[in-house]
Amino acid sequence: MSTNDTTATRRGKAPAGERVADWADGRLGIYSLAKTNMRKIFPDHWSFMLGEVCLYSFIIIILTGVYLTLFFHPSMNEVEYHGSYIPLQGQMMSEAFNSTMHISFDVRGGLLIRQIHHWAALIFLAGMFVHMMRVFFTGAFRKPREVNWLFGFLLLVLGMFTGFTGYSLPDDLLSGTGVRFMEGAILSVPIVGTYLSMFLFGGEFPGGDFVARFYSIHILLLPGIMLGLLVGHLILVFYHKHTQFAGPGRTNNNVVGMPLLPVYMAKAGGFFFLVFGVIAAIAAIASINPIWAMGPYRPDMVSTGAQPDWYMGFSEGLIRVMPGWEINLWGHTLVLGVFIPLVIFPLVLVAIAVYPFVEAWVTGDRREHHILDRPRNAPTRTAFGAAWVSWYFVLMIGGGNDLWATHFHLSINAITWFVRVGFFVVPVLVFIATKRMCLGLQRRDKDKVLHGRESGIIKRLPHGEFIEVHEPLSQDALHTLTAHEQYKPLEIGPTTDDNGVERKVKGSEKLRAKLSEAYFGEESQIAKPTVEEYKEITSGHGHH
Amino acid sequence: MAALVVLLLALACTGGLYAAFAPASKAQADETAQSLAIDEGKKLFSVGCASCHGTGGQGTSDGPSLVGVGSAAVDFQVGTGRMPAQQPGAQVPRKKVVYTQAEIDQLAAYISSLGAGPSVPTKAQYGPEGADIAKGGELFRTNCAQCHNFTGKGGALTHGKFAPDLEGVDPKHIYEAMQTGPQNMPSFPDTTLSEQNKKDIIAYLHAVNGDDTESPGGLELGGLGPVSEGLFAWIFGLGALIAVAVWVAARTAKAKKS
Repeated sequence: MSTNDTTATRRGKAPAGERVADWADGRLGIYSLAKTNMRKIFPDHWSFMLGEVCLYSFIIIILTGVYLTLFFHPSMNEVEYHGSYIPLQGQMMSEAFNSTMHISFDVRGGLLIRQIHHWAALIFLAGMFVHMMRVFFTGAFRKPREVNWLFGFLLLVLGMFTGFTGYSLPDDLLSGTGVRFMEGAILSVPIVGTYLSMFLFGGEFPGGDFVARFYSIHILLLPGIMLGLLVGHLILVFYHKHTQFAGPGRTNNNVVGMPLLPVYMAKAGGFFFLVFGVIAAIAAIASINPIWAMGPYRPDMVSTGAQPDWYMGFSEGLIRVMPGWEINLWGHTLVLGVFIPLVIFPLVLVAIAVYPFVEAWVTGDRREHHILDRPRNAPTRTAFGAAWVSWYFVLMIGGGNDLWATHFHLSINAITWFVRVGFFVVPVLVFIATKRMCLGLQRRDKDKVLHGRESGIIKRLPHGEFIEVHEPLSQDALHTLTAHEQYKPLEIGPTTDDNGVERKVKGSEKLRAKLSEAYFGEESQIAKPTVEEYKEITSGHGHH
Repeated sequence: MAALVVLLLALACTGGLYAAFAPASKAQADETAQSLAIDEGKKLFSVGCASCHGTGGQGTSDGPSLVGVGSAAVDFQVGTGRMPAQQPGAQVPRKKVVYTQAEIDQLAAYISSLGAGPSVPTKAQYGPEGADIAKGGELFRTNCAQCHNFTGKGGALTHGKFAPDLEGVDPKHIYEAMQTGPQNMPSFPDTTLSEQNKKDIIAYLHAVNGDDTESPGGLELGGLGPVSEGLFAWIFGLGALIAVAVWVAARTAKAKKS
């Protein structure tokens, strides 16, 4: 430690900051960590900050959630209400509801914190959804990021269930109806349903246990797993490095952007407070889950407009539009009207989760991809994603069919039928339309590359002809528009070998070739302009 | 001859007895306020209602019989503008009231003269004095919320029918609706919901869905539950955050170009 010695001899003691850093480095090894990570480069794009929105709202949820646990009593013992809210005076309710009323009306800042917690949860889930769509439509899930895609997917699913258990805790009439809905879904499972329900609720619904059980799940089990996944998610982002959009100077082997320190630390720190500010402002402006208006849960009561929070809306839609089929056999009932939606519910989610693996199998591409696709350049993927979103949205319409009916003066039965048909038809139509749009945009790009940008200037030639002047694109723009690579459809190859002996072609291989044709065939992508084409057209000026 | 005399005598006797005991004819009846109201009501009815409900209120294929619906039903239907109906449809909505209260009372008097039914409640019956708001809330959640929503914001029924929003509805009309069960609503006669129960429910509605109801948490967002909350979170929550993200991303530390 010669430097230490020299500083010591020169000025007596090193500055305090340096000494603290030295002390920490000796124990934590922060110098080498900082050396590799402080200058880590991140590319700049607003859509790369969607994940940050999720991270920050998650932190806000944890902070406000801790405050709420200080006052919440996860118990279903019955008590009489004697708080500040007049229209519930003397009503019997569970301690859970009573303590939530107490938080809302009698704890300092309680209602604001409750509303921040709940709004942040809705925004957290919405943020995850949009973040996932960003990753999906830009192809950021490709190798090496498939595992991180799954981590993110699990975070979304766990977030949904953490949200659901939290929504159930106040034991109000709305959430109680939601729990009853869940109990019905569990009961519909053949053979084991009844046992599962009895096990979960500690006997007949609603029993006296579920709030305490949901509480452990809501504040400990699920957030614990989520925190672990979140850390893993971020470590992988660091390890893989961030993806970037194509552009001049950007390759698959570099990252063009700004360093973590100081630029991104300052930006991220500031962004955290902006996110907190926006959520707090919303919580201060708008009411959410006004349990006092809903009243305490009693199994003999129900209200119209009983919906879950938005992220569970598609499951509500599945139940609402499903015909009430049931089969009675030997004294047992199989409630298909509930069981089928229960089976479709995970399938809707899994459909999007497994997509990266399907695509990887179809392309057979084993290379790493760090340059993002523009959605138009992957028409089949984009069309699939759009179809999935439309599918999800159609189910959300089903989940809110009563409000669509009252607010747009429609018949609820007509909406239900629309959703029943739309469940099958809308994704197909959206798929076709999206693919056409992507191809159209590809053609436009090609046109721009070959003929330049339409300048809007009309020129009259000496012989009287009018032409529009096209401005050639800059070299940067040309690069960006042609940087993507295009796959060739997979070919099975000859089915007979040189000697005319038939080769066995596996069914999966045939399917793969068919899918590959659908993905990358002539119908599914516009061949990007080649250098020759470009030269040929640009050399002959004036010919269009 | 004797037979003829006996016959005439008998005829004279019955005629005389009839003249002595028969009720006074309507034409020269007493001109009390009640009968005047009925008369006027009948006139109004013939002009405004008879085309659907029949000339005697007996009902036609276009409208139900009004015999026995009582004055409460008339006061509700006409007093909220639902009647006279504008056009056939899933349900007759609330609209501008076309009759004055005096005319409504006359129509009610005529209809209640057709047969006995629930009569218009008095202020003592629906007024806020002596009402238990919390009990009313419990009763509302048990009996009404499944169609009208937790705080009476309304909800959908099948085939375009709906349970209307109860905000700003006259307490008298709420009372009458419970009593008579208009359109798709079941009726809650005093044997089902006592007078006191109805008073409690009205007081609860006034507390949670009245003009001076406070929303402790801020904007109510329609009081419709998670659907409007989710919409708000997406549009204003995530929308604002994306706007902020775009703003932050646009203001980056740029390498100085020289």
